[in-house]
Amino acid sequence: MLRLLSFALFLVIWWIAALFVGGAKLPSPPAVLEVMIAEASSGALFLHLGATLARVILAFVLAMSLGSAIGYLMGRVRLADKLGDPWLILLLNLPALVVIVLAYIWAGLTEAAAIAAIAINKLPTAVVTLREGTRALDRSLDEMASVFAMPRWRAFRHVVLPQLAPYIAASARSGLSLVWKIVLVAELLGRPNGVGFEIGVAFQLFDTPRLLAYSLTFAAVVFVIETLLVQPFEARATRWRPRAA
Amino acid sequence: MRLEVEITGKTFKSAAGGTHEVLAPLKFALQSGEVGVLIGPSGCGKSTMLRIILGLDDDFGGHVARPPEARIGMVFQEPRLLPWRSVEQNVRLAAPDVTEAKLSELFRFLELDAHRNHFPGELSLGLARRVALARAFAVEPDLLVLDEPLASLDDALAGRLRDEIATLVASRPMMTLLVTHSLDDAIRLGDRLFFLSPRPARIVQDVPIAIPRAMRSEADLGRIRAELAALQLESK
Repeated sequence: MLRLLSFALFLVIWWIAALFVGGAKLPSPPAVLEVMIAEASSGALFLHLGATLARVILAFVLAMSLGSAIGYLMGRVRLADKLGDPWLILLLNLPALVVIVLAYIWAGLTEAAAIAAIAINKLPTAVVTLREGTRALDRSLDEMASVFAMPRWRAFRHVVLPQLAPYIAASARSGLSLVWKIVLVAELLGRPNGVGFEIGVAFQLFDTPRLLAYSLTFAAVVFVIETLLVQPFEARATRWRPRAA
Repeated sequence: MRLEVEITGKTFKSAAGGTHEVLAPLKFALQSGEVGVLIGPSGCGKSTMLRIILGLDDDFGGHVARPPEARIGMVFQEPRLLPWRSVEQNVRLAAPDVTEAKLSELFRFLELDAHRNHFPGELSLGLARRVALARAFAVEPDLLVLDEPLASLDDALAGRLRDEIATLVASRPMMTLLVTHSLDDAIRLGDRLFFLSPRPARIVQDVPIAIPRAMRSEADLGRIRAELAALQLESK
């Protein structure tokens, strides 16, 4: 209920601002909705939305699984941490734009180049978060698992993974927003479809309603993913914790 | 089955760079069906010794011989339960082969029936200790290690839990190693008492108790206590 109210407040502020600034720079909510409906009925909205969503999911899954594995390794094995750390710092500070442009130059304007470039941008933050999580693992529970001769996989699943779950959720949450911001840049620079491509077109035509229609629709999709997937996962992973007041 | 412990020494490097001797040379053995008790002042190196015996620390001089197939049941001082798993899951994860009948019997005996589906965070320390006991016994251990299982419980609760431990220990022929600083617990639960010196720990007295555990009357316990007090005086 509060969330709905908060959303309504956002609409009201937007509408008032639109009245002051004027329709060319900031169209009012109904004007944007009109474009959304027109694009949706022609099918273009879904095509571009689908293309972007597919890229987000692929890059996100790739970066999260690889990043989590590397982060866990670096948290557990000192040698891996020492070897990996300079790479990590480099990757963390490499601007997204540089990675994307280099990927397109080296691998051509291909889907693989785009997805790899997006994943590389997300990868280091996943590594850092999971490394922190692994360092915070409770050694006394490891000892318990070892004394009771728990097989490796069972110990990982029941002793280690539940401790990492909050870190995975945090990384997924920040990752989702990061990936979808970067995917638009990659699409703008070198893809013939997707929300980023459409925004590029809208930019050239100074078509603000179209720009807002596409970006807000996609933001809504991300919001739905967050509410339906990330939050339930988090709630399930932390259900044993006493509730905050 | 037999547990043989022969430690020639264990040193510990401190953060400041100095080396500290934690364990002096010491040697003892335990048979199946026997309860050995390690009694010593706190900080004397008991926990270090336990870690070595359990195979968690192999950086020491000497060797520990324990049959490789021996199943270990351990009750840690802090219960070390998985907070994100229910009481029943905690037990089953450590003892996947436990039968429902055995589990029910343990839960009934330790009065945990009502708490099967609770999470450890919802339990008092006394209950969490009971869960740790249930877990250790559910694996049907050949070697049972109890690290201060009655510490920080009030007297009445400690007394009840001690009787329950005595019953459980008597129910199975296994090697049991109990660490405690309470002489009373030691003479009620133990067959052989190993008195440890302050750090670096060595065994200063090795006292067998001849009367079987179940047969000891309060009068016997009083006599044993007096004998031990005399021994302690002699050794000083």
